Amino acid sequence: MAKPKAQSPKSEVQSPKSAPAAPPYHPIAHGLSDDDFKHGKVCTTRWTADARYAWDRGVAIGRYLDGLKQGKLLGVRCAKCARIMIPPRAFCEWCFKPVDGWVELEDTGVVNTFSLCYVTWDVKRVKEPQVPAVIEIDGASRGMGIMHLLGGVDPKKVFCGMKVKAVWKPAAEREGAITDILYWKPL
Amino acid sequence: MGNRVAIVGVGMTKFVRRALETGKELSWLASKMALDSCGMTMDQIGCVALGTAPDTFDGVHMKGEYLSDGAGCWGKPYMRSYVGGGTGVFSVAQGWYHVASGMFDTCLVVCEEKMSTFQPHAQAAFLTIFDHTTERPLKPNLLWIFALEMNRYMTAYGLKKEDIARVAVKNKNNALDHPAAQIAAPVTIEDVLNSEVLAWPVQRLDVSPVSDGAVAVILANESVARRVTDKPVWIEGCGWALDTAYWTNRDLCYSRCVEEAARMAYKMAGVTDPRHQIHVAEPYDPFDYKELQHLEGLMLCGRGEAAQLTADGVTARDGELPVCPSGGLLGVGNPIAAAGLMKVAELFWQLRGEAGKRQIARKATRGVAQAWGDLMQVGTVVVLGV
Amino acid sequence: MSERIAVVGIGATQFRTITPDVSYKELMFDAAVRAYDNAGIDPRRDVDTFVTCAEDYIEGTSIFDEYVPDQLGAALKQVHTITGDGLHGVAAAVMQLRTGRFSLAVVEAHSKASNILTPDGVAACAQDPVYVRPLCLNSHFIAGLEMNRFCAESGVTPGQCAQVAVKNRGNALSNPIAGQAAKLTLEDFRHARPVALPLTELDVAQSVDGAVVVVLATESRARELRTKPVWLTGAGWCNGSPNLETRDWASPKYVTTAAAMAYKQAGITDPRHYFDFAEVDDTYTYKELQHLVALGLANACDVGRDVELGKTATKGKRPVNVSGGALGMGHMYECIGLARLYCAVQQLRGEAGMQQLDKARTAVVQAWRGVPTASAAVLTLAT
Ligand SMILES: [Zn+2]
Repeated sequence: MAKPKAQSPKSEVQSPKSAPAAPPYHPIAHGLSDDDFKHGKVCTTRWTADARYAWDRGVAIGRYLDGLKQGKLLGVRCAKCARIMIPPRAFCEWCFKPVDGWVELEDTGVVNTFSLCYVTWDVKRVKEPQVPAVIEIDGASRGMGIMHLLGGVDPKKVFCGMKVKAVWKPAAEREGAITDILYWKPL
Repeated sequence: MGNRVAIVGVGMTKFVRRALETGKELSWLASKMALDSCGMTMDQIGCVALGTAPDTFDGVHMKGEYLSDGAGCWGKPYMRSYVGGGTGVFSVAQGWYHVASGMFDTCLVVCEEKMSTFQPHAQAAFLTIFDHTTERPLKPNLLWIFALEMNRYMTAYGLKKEDIARVAVKNKNNALDHPAAQIAAPVTIEDVLNSEVLAWPVQRLDVSPVSDGAVAVILANESVARRVTDKPVWIEGCGWALDTAYWTNRDLCYSRCVEEAARMAYKMAGVTDPRHQIHVAEPYDPFDYKELQHLEGLMLCGRGEAAQLTADGVTARDGELPVCPSGGLLGVGNPIAAAGLMKVAELFWQLRGEAGKRQIARKATRGVAQAWGDLMQVGTVVVLGV
Repeated sequence: MSERIAVVGIGATQFRTITPDVSYKELMFDAAVRAYDNAGIDPRRDVDTFVTCAEDYIEGTSIFDEYVPDQLGAALKQVHTITGDGLHGVAAAVMQLRTGRFSLAVVEAHSKASNILTPDGVAACAQDPVYVRPLCLNSHFIAGLEMNRFCAESGVTPGQCAQVAVKNRGNALSNPIAGQAAKLTLEDFRHARPVALPLTELDVAQSVDGAVVVVLATESRARELRTKPVWLTGAGWCNGSPNLETRDWASPKYVTTAAAMAYKQAGITDPRHYFDFAEVDDTYTYKELQHLVALGLANACDVGRDVELGKTATKGKRPVNVSGGALGMGHMYECIGLARLYCAVQQLRGEAGMQQLDKARTAVVQAWRGVPTASAAVLTLAT
């Protein structure tokens, strides 16, 4: 069912019904309320999409994931623009040529930006916030970050510029996925 | 070079949280209203350009094909363009190249979004915009990327939440005069700062809502435009640019793609000094800080200066550079592609002096509308003039 | 008057049923590098506008547009998606070039069909959610309905449709990038499993992975490049009714309208005798025949016999789908049209190798977006 009204109580303020003083003068579309559904005034059809995929990892991300399984962060290097990039890619997007090699990076970095998120991806409210962040990885070129989660820290104490280190899953449990890193903790 | 193209009619539905109408019906309502607004009929329309954002909202694969009859394309050349959140403004560029190519005299541009279909909440559909291998396993939320960008923007320029909340206050109040608005409200800075924290620094009233709605505009070449209206609004320039997908490698404090798109549009329009040659702006404001970032990307002020401009009242409806006089996405609502086209509709009314209670105080002969989207990576810009 | 538009570069990967070694980005990169090399251009420096053709549900990613610029050399440049067949993308590029604001355009489409675990489930999502989906029918039923009506009105037999698959999959044997080449006989159809009768499994093009990139230029720009231009003399596209209840099941009028638009631009008044060869959509066997009629290349009453008599074979009077078509090269979603265009340009340049026709100066290329759509695009080409 639809979430309760997403806005503050004042949100339903409407322009005067008679003779609006600005265009569009007669906009149509009938807004429905939760009650309309509850009282069966409107019917719906339901459908759960059977759309499932298994994406090929490819050359660059495949090797990146293999590295994660071994507890390593791998980047790629472009000789032309001298960038060391993460996440890895098979080609340099600025020079438009294949990359020139692999570099093992540190599993430490600096928080470029972060958020304290009280809502999960499927819009469930949580008490303790998740702390997503963009982390610039040590050993890569300046500004080269990845998105991941921070943990093992009081959310209120996180700041931009904080140094962090990866907390890995135990080797036996790693499967070659970005989640082989559990989270990043303050260094 | 090319043919001059004008907007000659517009139509829009109300923006609502959940519409009784299907997407097809919303498209039809907006299209019909646009045709009626300039006394045209469907058989005078040469082709149709449609804009609509993720298919997952409606749960309809090939959504453009599904919506096509509602958008009046039966038996006509028809294409759907798609650049995520940037689609609404881009659809005007798409319509522009249909007519400017000389292949068509007229083009109906329709944007529709029905986000309420996805259950339980459209937010969850956004999980699938992230990279399937390196990001989706972390179960990211759309709010994350906005919060990350907002935090970076605030940190880079030392801005406080109240500096940004002013945008929400301005736009939600502006929308009180918009008959199609979904969430117009006389909110104050305190209301914004006291609203529920979703993903700090993002709070409930920093964000535009989930909406259903549609907007349509009619484009015509010069000879048709002169025939159907005394007041054509010319498309002086359009621009678009898509930055790298590697968003975690970019500096999130500034929208390069918006600047790139603006440069293209300004060049076409002969605008060399945007701050003085643009009289009214409708930048994309799905979140309040985005309006500020986009004013900077549009080069209507220096980097990090947009908050001060807002505090000084420059961007108010009676200010020197009115910004989002419509009420924007924050006030009118955010049916994604339709919201972008709503901005173009607003400029149409403003530049013709027909915006009624919303009419800006200063005289305006040129305005800019802008949208943005994908992974914070696409900018779309249209410059209109009379 | 606008300048003429030319195809100045083409690039394609191999089309294969699976491509586990590369990601979609790497697949696209491969086709792009080939196309740019073919045209002799640098995408970072030279290209003014990029059009990519993709649908979210096929990719399994919402706003797939996000993930396209890097592998095309298009980052921070003018890129947009047209959710249509690659030929719709070409039409979008043609319009941009004709505005006079752009001189070099790139169009891309690809398929990673092997990554879709539930192709039928995805296809079902294209059906009308309120009217049609509750019937819980596999989307191929729409082709079954259409084939039946087409055969009933035209007198074409299922055996004649089968002949199309025999021809096209056989043609593909000499196409080095084709992914579904096979030596079939009509006998094979007797044992083919039914899908939605009269449609059998062998009447349906089977999917492959692959990517195609095409470079277009205005005439003045084309003259500066080293490749021999192939002129794009006409581009038309059209939609019919999206509703199953209100469509003409025997003849796709939207294809006729799209063709009329393209022919008018190209000044073609007698399509039946104008084209040296045709590359048309054959997602289902009967579709090739239906499309030949809609394009004005054959009469409904003769089209079935024409294929039996070999008039559309490589050695025939006017060859159709010499490349192998979608049946022989493989079904590639939004890339089907670009695959047709790729092979047509090779023919017109005289670079089609074992498949080269003696006479290849004019061609018509057509695409259809598959069930349940009524959406098609047509291009006319000349040397
Ligand atoms: Zn490089």
